[in-house]
Amino acid sequence: MTNVTLSKLTKEFEGKPDPSVDHIDLEIESGKLTALLGPSGCGKTTTMRMIAGLLRPTSGDIKFDGKSIVSIAPERRGAVMVFQNYLLFPYMTIRENVSFGLKMRGVSKTETRQRVGEMLDLVQLPGLEDRMPKQLSGGQQQRVALARALIVQPKVLLLDEPLSNLDAHLRDEMRELIRRLQGELKITTIFVTHDQEEAAVLSDKIALILRGRLQHFGPPEEYFERPASVEIARFFGGVNFIPGAYDGSVIATSIGKFSAPRSSIASGAGVLTIRPEAVEIGGEGANSVPGRVVSHVYAGRYARFLIDVGGIRIEAVSDPKRVSQIADGDSISLRFDPNEIWVLAQPTEGDGVSLGASEGGNGSVASVSGDE
Amino acid sequence: MTMSAQLAAEDDADLVGRSGGRRAVRVSTLRWVVIIGLLAFLIAPIIPLILWSFSFRWTFPNLLPTEYSMRAWEAVASPTNDVLLATWNSTVIAVVVTALSILIGVPAGRALGLYKFPGKRLVELLIVAPIIVPTLAVALGMHTLFIRYGLSNSLIGVIVVHLIPALPYMILVMAGVFANYDSAFESQARSLGANGFKTQRFVTIPAIMPGLVVGSLFTFLISWSEYVLTLLVGGGQVITLPLLLFNFARSGDNAIAGALAVVFIVPGILVLVFTSKHLSSGQAAMGGTGAL
Repeated sequence: MTNVTLSKLTKEFEGKPDPSVDHIDLEIESGKLTALLGPSGCGKTTTMRMIAGLLRPTSGDIKFDGKSIVSIAPERRGAVMVFQNYLLFPYMTIRENVSFGLKMRGVSKTETRQRVGEMLDLVQLPGLEDRMPKQLSGGQQQRVALARALIVQPKVLLLDEPLSNLDAHLRDEMRELIRRLQGELKITTIFVTHDQEEAAVLSDKIALILRGRLQHFGPPEEYFERPASVEIARFFGGVNFIPGAYDGSVIATSIGKFSAPRSSIASGAGVLTIRPEAVEIGGEGANSVPGRVVSHVYAGRYARFLIDVGGIRIEAVSDPKRVSQIADGDSISLRFDPNEIWVLAQPTEGDGVSLGASEGGNGSVASVSGDE
Repeated sequence: MTMSAQLAAEDDADLVGRSGGRRAVRVSTLRWVVIIGLLAFLIAPIIPLILWSFSFRWTFPNLLPTEYSMRAWEAVASPTNDVLLATWNSTVIAVVVTALSILIGVPAGRALGLYKFPGKRLVELLIVAPIIVPTLAVALGMHTLFIRYGLSNSLIGVIVVHLIPALPYMILVMAGVFANYDSAFESQARSLGANGFKTQRFVTIPAIMPGLVVGSLFTFLISWSEYVLTLLVGGGQVITLPLLLFNFARSGDNAIAGALAVVFIVPGILVLVFTSKHLSSGQAAMGGTGAL
């Protein structure tokens, strides 16, 4: 049970104009699963390597239970990292791999033997002690890597993209295993991922990092229901952004006025956003607008429509059965449920964020997605 | 060479499993051709040497010696001769040269194989230079320096001069090893609780061992067979086996030259037998002998 505190953590690399990690402040609670989420190159892995002690911060501090650990060597920190490509020592058996940390700590042979057995049971790989790593599948290697880290009872477990090298079916299995082990052992766990869905499913809290800066830190549902900025909303799969003027309860846009009680700003220049699943196709009455279907995609479990409303493209996801009732070019009515609308601050110039929807930049429905 | 490719190439069972039996058959045919070739070109020439060493009279056109004797071997084993001293010198020099090559060559190879730095191409070129430029030319130039610093006519001087041809091989082999080496394994070991020394001991050295063995083999044998540089810098004071062998060969005593040649060959064969498991087993998993 260890809580991890990052304060003004910064890492600059020579020859790079901007810091890779830029003054990150983060309070990671003891015994929780926390995701560091961001696109590749955002500094999330650099942050993790600094926590592990494999990189020295340029400035700032890292504390375990209030004690600074930046000057402590990685092997004495109690933070164990599991790398993305597992890194099982290829010339060692599974037993030797799993017991590596115990050997480094001078644990007796009999105790080691027993603990290796227990640990392999825990990751559901009993009896594989004498195999070599290359004889194991990717998923098995991943579990051995996890066992090798857990056997030393780390204060903090660091997982680098734990699911990215696995195929879909193994991914679910591994996800369950990590959740279960973490629940049983209550080890403070930090993992790095670029996949917002993976972060949402696996973690108690998500720290979103973009361009080396912490954007937001909170439970997964906040990111989907109440994102703090257009950029965050976009990263979490948001696609509908309509700029307008907000007076605290109603937002006036170029396509009409919408009542919107939920917002991240009190009033002023705002952006209406609504998730494609919440757009009601055929809905009439208050908060509805007329539109014309531009194109659609049938995806089996759902159908995705791209609708032109007064020059603004709106994406809507609906019951797949609607596909047979609605043809491209049809005029339809759309309703935005006031409780589903979320009003954000308009991004300022220089943020590098544009409102793709208002520029009609999203030509095809299929290409619109939040992940990188 | 990737890790898996290397493992596949070195493990017949894997080959059969991966791409059917045909490639395995071709590999084993190739293996026999290589073995027979090696026997013909490497082992066969030794046979006359052995015969010479036991001969008393062996004249044209006889295929085998007409009279045998142990004279040559008695002479070689006699303590009044320089053979024991020369063997001792040769061994000490070759071992020390190899040890120094490891100390210098492993870090140098690591830097060349793992890191990018300005002027890397130039450094690579300079390292190969002693192999390209005739060593004798370099050594003649260095000789004056050696005399000035009192290194000529001494064992230390000979060791230093042997490093000129030996070290580039060690560095090149290690650079090849480290080019295929993933230093993240070291980070992983640190993270699991190994300090710097234990990381080297349990992770780095086992991973580079095959390359280390190959490189050591090269440097040992280069030093062991060096003649010109030993003669030049040792000034005839430091007597090694090649010097002795050359003397007997020149004086026309084929029997003793043959016996000496056999002695001369033995360490090479011993080292090869002793290290062959490193050369061919799957130990190279984390690195490899890439550039070779």
